[in-house]
Amino acid sequence: MRPLRLIPPDTNFQFIALRKRAYVVSILLILAAVASLAVQSLNFGIDFVGGTLIEVRTKGPADISAMRQTLSALDRGEVGLQEFGQPTDVLIRIQQQPGGDAAQQATVAAVKEALGDSVEEYRRVEVVGPKVGGELIEAGAISVALALLAIMAYIWFRFEWQFGVGAVLALAHDVITTVGVFSILQLEFNLSTVAAVLTIAGYSINDTVVVFDRVRENLRRYKTLPMTDLLNRSVNETLSRTVMTSVTTLLALLSLFFLGGEVIRDFAFAMIWGVIIGTYSSVWIASATLLWMGVRPSATDDLPDDAEVARTLGDR
Amino acid sequence: MLYFARWKIVVILAICVLGLVYASPNFWRSDNLGTNLPSWIPHKTVNLGLDLQGGAHLLIEVQTSAVLKERLEAVEDNVRRSLRDARIGYRGLGVRGNAVVFTLRDAGDVGRARQLMAERDNLVTVEIDDAGAARLEYPSEVVVDVESAAVEQTLEILRIRLNELGLREPTIQRHGLDRIIVQLPGVDDPDAIKDLLTQTAKLTFHLLDQRNADPAAAAPPGARWHKGTDPVGQVIDYLVEKRVRVSGERLVDAQQTFQDGQPVVSFRFDSVGARQFGRTTGEHVGRPLAILLDNEVISAPRINEPILGGSGIISGSFSLTEAQNLALLLRAGALPAPLVYLEERTVGPGLGQDSIDAGKAASIIGMVAVLVFMVVVYGLFGLMANVALVFNMALIFGALSLLQATLTLPGIAGIVLTIGMAVDANVLIFERIREEARVGRGVIGAIDAGYDRALKTIIDANLTTLIAAALLFWFGSGPVKGFAVTLAIGIMTSMFTAIWVTRLMVVLWVRRRRPQMLPI
Repeated sequence: MRPLRLIPPDTNFQFIALRKRAYVVSILLILAAVASLAVQSLNFGIDFVGGTLIEVRTKGPADISAMRQTLSALDRGEVGLQEFGQPTDVLIRIQQQPGGDAAQQATVAAVKEALGDSVEEYRRVEVVGPKVGGELIEAGAISVALALLAIMAYIWFRFEWQFGVGAVLALAHDVITTVGVFSILQLEFNLSTVAAVLTIAGYSINDTVVVFDRVRENLRRYKTLPMTDLLNRSVNETLSRTVMTSVTTLLALLSLFFLGGEVIRDFAFAMIWGVIIGTYSSVWIASATLLWMGVRPSATDDLPDDAEVARTLGDR
Repeated sequence: MLYFARWKIVVILAICVLGLVYASPNFWRSDNLGTNLPSWIPHKTVNLGLDLQGGAHLLIEVQTSAVLKERLEAVEDNVRRSLRDARIGYRGLGVRGNAVVFTLRDAGDVGRARQLMAERDNLVTVEIDDAGAARLEYPSEVVVDVESAAVEQTLEILRIRLNELGLREPTIQRHGLDRIIVQLPGVDDPDAIKDLLTQTAKLTFHLLDQRNADPAAAAPPGARWHKGTDPVGQVIDYLVEKRVRVSGERLVDAQQTFQDGQPVVSFRFDSVGARQFGRTTGEHVGRPLAILLDNEVISAPRINEPILGGSGIISGSFSLTEAQNLALLLRAGALPAPLVYLEERTVGPGLGQDSIDAGKAASIIGMVAVLVFMVVVYGLFGLMANVALVFNMALIFGALSLLQATLTLPGIAGIVLTIGMAVDANVLIFERIREEARVGRGVIGAIDAGYDRALKTIIDANLTTLIAAALLFWFGSGPVKGFAVTLAIGIMTSMFTAIWVTRLMVVLWVRRRRPQMLPI
């Protein structure tokens, strides 16, 4: 069988020439994210704000409006109901109750009593008190911040500092836009979402590192090539790999999105978005940053590089 | 390049075989084939998280401040008594925050008060300034000890209570300073257990006060009103003497039995308790004895004769379960501090099974898609990468089983993600080989350079993802931790299989076929 080449070997897109348009797109994305966060914030799940989440399977298709009436009568503040995956399954969200952790517990009992016989099975009950919610927000924020720092430190250690800046700009871009998408679409932002954001960070940096590795190699090999061409060349040379890995990862994620069940769907969605934005940012944010950071001088003045160039040429 | 040290081949194959062997029990679990296999075959399977097997996860806070408050109130009582006995005038005696404070009426008493307080034989620090303002408090290390001891004691009592309930493998562990995590696999309606766990179960025996008094008015001195149920099941108010005659701490055993066909609880005191109980019952024949559980009268029988053997029976209007639970609670002992549920996550068996099925489907379909895609793009090399991917899966499950790690739903997501990302290393290598071949290297040279040059990139790229996984593990809780574990294991195993396993296959293939052209 003849292997398939997704990207022809002589591909030479002028990626870097398009960078200004990409900047506009990214700035618009970030502005939209920030605006949405300012206006409607995030739809925090109970992991972060506390409250109660109950997934029930009713006998026969659920009558959501009747359930809403029953539950509103309990006078427990805002009650959200949502069909969850199939007509018999309903997700009930009840806001944080005043009166501390004990009050949250009483709510579940009240709901169970009110719904009574109409419920076939309580598939899931989650109650998170105010104290834990606050702690989880803190831990989530710390872990994201630390991940960014640790990754920046690693890149700095392995590359020139300009690369570190480029990588973190790309990373921040990905994190902000991902959180922005959750705000704009008002998808539930919970612990799994934080996990997704961190994984996106990992994936995005993975992609960036591959491009950077090639840029560094090319910096040593082509000392006189203009930076724009060099970056273009690096991105094009790694394009085939970038596309391949994105496709295999997306194949797995799409499978997770469609088949993995309701509970995991938002997570899969976040990851799919992350793979796309991470690939995009590696090229236009991370690489383009190298252009105006001026990475060349310090990267080319040590001797071993020349030796490597000679070896490379000799090999041919 | 063609040289591959024999020991390396052996190690690579051994790791792959071990992966298969350790992963294999997971495939027998559902049928009964596994029971007939010899015992030397590993039998550990992956632990399923509560979100997959169904069950309840409870996060409990021990309200240790109550223990300290109780201690401070005892200090306050003690101080009041000694000041009175020494005829020292004071005002404003009370517990303020973490200290007992009072002020001397006469600043001239400062010296005597200091001496009096210094004679107190306990851990409290005393400060009395020259104006007569006094402050007694526990040093912070004592507070920490007291609170920590309360948490440990709670842990022990909860463990006994849980074990006696006969649940399937409940786990209980301390979490941080004042928290306890209880996990109850297979429990989908934990309400009854939750109540049982948080009940203080403080048992005390008092005499009923037989003075005539109006329940609506304040209780006369030395007595207190307590709610309770009378023999016909009505809630009434009992006037109970404040003085505790015998305390539940003296119990050494309690069992549910029957008396006249009614479920009752029989109990037995230790020797001190037996003496106290004997004296109380001996001196007050004919009077009702109130038995209080958590300040509620559960029964108030008349003392017919002295009970000297140190054992007795509590007969309230119990159902069988109530009597059983009461016996259990009395055996386990009273909690030193109140408990509050901070978090509860319960998953029913239906949702758990659905999640497993969905996870399986997503993994299999995702894997097949990736396998097909790799063969289409890289042909024979893709096939080799696929073999490596299969071994990678085996290694992940083998490692999870061996480490007895817990597989959660996000963990399955981590595995599916690994399937997609694991081939990345091979993609990097193969793309590099293609490039090297394009610039004119021979078959062996291209393969060699491909592996060599891609390696650095692979390590850089994977280490960064590993950093993210490590942070997730440290900061994540429960299911998210499970995701971090599978992601991290997946990254490490995939580096091994994608680099070494495929390389071995490529080398063996080149040695055998001596190809002139790369089929890539």
